[in-house]
Amino acid sequence: MRDAGAGCAGVTTTSLVIELTILVLAIFLGVEVISKVPTMLHTPLMSGTNAIHGIVIVGAILVAGSADDALTKVLGFVAVVLATANVVGGFVVTDRMLEMFKQRGPRGSRAD
Amino acid sequence: MDRELTDLLYLITIVSFIVALRFLSSPRRARLGNWIGAGGMLLAIVVTLAQDAVDSYWWIAVGVAIGAVVGAVSARRVKMTAMPQMVALFNGVGGGAAALIALAEFHELAPLPGRIGGDETIGLLLSALIGSISFTGSLVAFAKLQELVSGRPIVYGGQQLVNGLLLAAAVGVAVAIVAGAQSEWLLVAILVAAAVFGVLFVLPIGGADMPVVISLLNAFTGLAAAATGFVLHNNVLIVSGALVGASGTLLTTLMGRAMNRSIANVLFGAFGSVTVDPGAGAAAAAAAGNGGTVRSASADDVAIMLAYAKRVVVVPGYGLAVAQAQHDVRALADLLEERGVDVRYAIHPVAGRMPGHMNVLLAEANVPYPQLFEMEQINPEFPRTDVALVIGANDVTNPAARSTPSSPIYGMPILDVDRATNVVVLKRSMSPGFAGIDNELYTDPRTVMLFGDAKESVLRLVGSIKAL
Repeated sequence: MRDAGAGCAGVTTTSLVIELTILVLAIFLGVEVISKVPTMLHTPLMSGTNAIHGIVIVGAILVAGSADDALTKVLGFVAVVLATANVVGGFVVTDRMLEMFKQRGPRGSRAD
Repeated sequence: MDRELTDLLYLITIVSFIVALRFLSSPRRARLGNWIGAGGMLLAIVVTLAQDAVDSYWWIAVGVAIGAVVGAVSARRVKMTAMPQMVALFNGVGGGAAALIALAEFHELAPLPGRIGGDETIGLLLSALIGSISFTGSLVAFAKLQELVSGRPIVYGGQQLVNGLLLAAAVGVAVAIVAGAQSEWLLVAILVAAAVFGVLFVLPIGGADMPVVISLLNAFTGLAAAATGFVLHNNVLIVSGALVGASGTLLTTLMGRAMNRSIANVLFGAFGSVTVDPGAGAAAAAAAGNGGTVRSASADDVAIMLAYAKRVVVVPGYGLAVAQAQHDVRALADLLEERGVDVRYAIHPVAGRMPGHMNVLLAEANVPYPQLFEMEQINPEFPRTDVALVIGANDVTNPAARSTPSSPIYGMPILDVDRATNVVVLKRSMSPGFAGIDNELYTDPRTVMLFGDAKESVLRLVGSIKAL
């Protein structure tokens, strides 16, 4: 994954521009998609996006898995713990909320 | 696993996240979408574990096990009313992870001259800075919402100067690192300065403004993840971070608009701090000239009023959530509906402690969501409403927002409950709301107060109506 220093300066610049392009396009896409989410679902939206930024777990695993010394290993380990809690907690809590928004029959017929 | 296959599989993860957000546009498919997103996340984790660079698994396995248990157990146990704290906490740990990754990467790369490129350094510094702010900021938000520290703004002289200097110092050190001073201690200094800044930045923000803060910190953690993506040259991190950043920013703006305040005012205004002008609320009530008498009613009186009404609009607020009264409110609504009363719920955009929080709480109590009305839909209905039943809501019903230019909430869109024929307010005591402003609605001649815990009051109403 770490290809820093692998290529010449020109290659690095190009990949930076590509990455910036992806970032900008993703921001526009995000605004488009999110603006279609109704107010009613804004709390699940927040906890759902919360789970999605748990994707830093990818970075945490790379650090923890390729660590050469003790300090990096400890930092990576703590990062894995935190990121996993973020991912698992985020998706579980979102699921719990969305479960309650299930379609219901006509008034009066209740599930509980 | 080679680079191209890795990136292709990560692309599937990216698509799954986008689909997850797309499916959130309707409650019907939202849950499926969440599972698709979780599947994509699992794929990304497996792909990452299969990388050649990853050669030791024990630490990761133990870390994942601990994190998964902590995350799953707390997510299962948390009450729906405590959801904002939970989101703040998960948000904080995500930011913390991003900051630690930055530190570890720097430690690995920095001592070798020429191994750390300019754009990686910038990405790394940004994820350290933003991740650290998000970590401590979220923890303070959590502590405020959990009432471990006072929800009121904590202010002192020169606060914004101190905050500005801290941030400037952190950015200054970051510039020094980019310029070539690649010492680990400098990065640690940035992390510490940013962490302190995160604390000081959230402390002066009042509890009522927490929805804004949480969605802003959510955006921060997203940006920290995106910055990490620039360090690792990883598209899935960049795209996911950007999606979260966009979502958090959009929600922050929406919340600001719902309170008719700029984001700068929310973040730096120390809104609702009692030190600003303690007499403002009282003066506003006096200016409204409604004498200041509060009428208190018994549960039986209110029960008769409700039972013989044509239309009742329930205005739930955080007080309802605190008292865990959402289930009893639904029981009351069912009882009224059986008697032919048209029952609706009016949801203010900032009701509760995070965007859409009240919808979740009522959904938990099985209130059918077609009965929930947003502010714009329900406000024209109040003049045709017999009873507006305000349960634990305060500032979002305060007519001072329309009528008193000197009020701190002047201009904030409110639910026009005072235009209903009768207003019943269920309230624990006459203490002011979260924003610390008196509510002249309580002294309005058409308002009666039913004092007591929201849950007990609602139960008494249910009992009285059954006895009719």
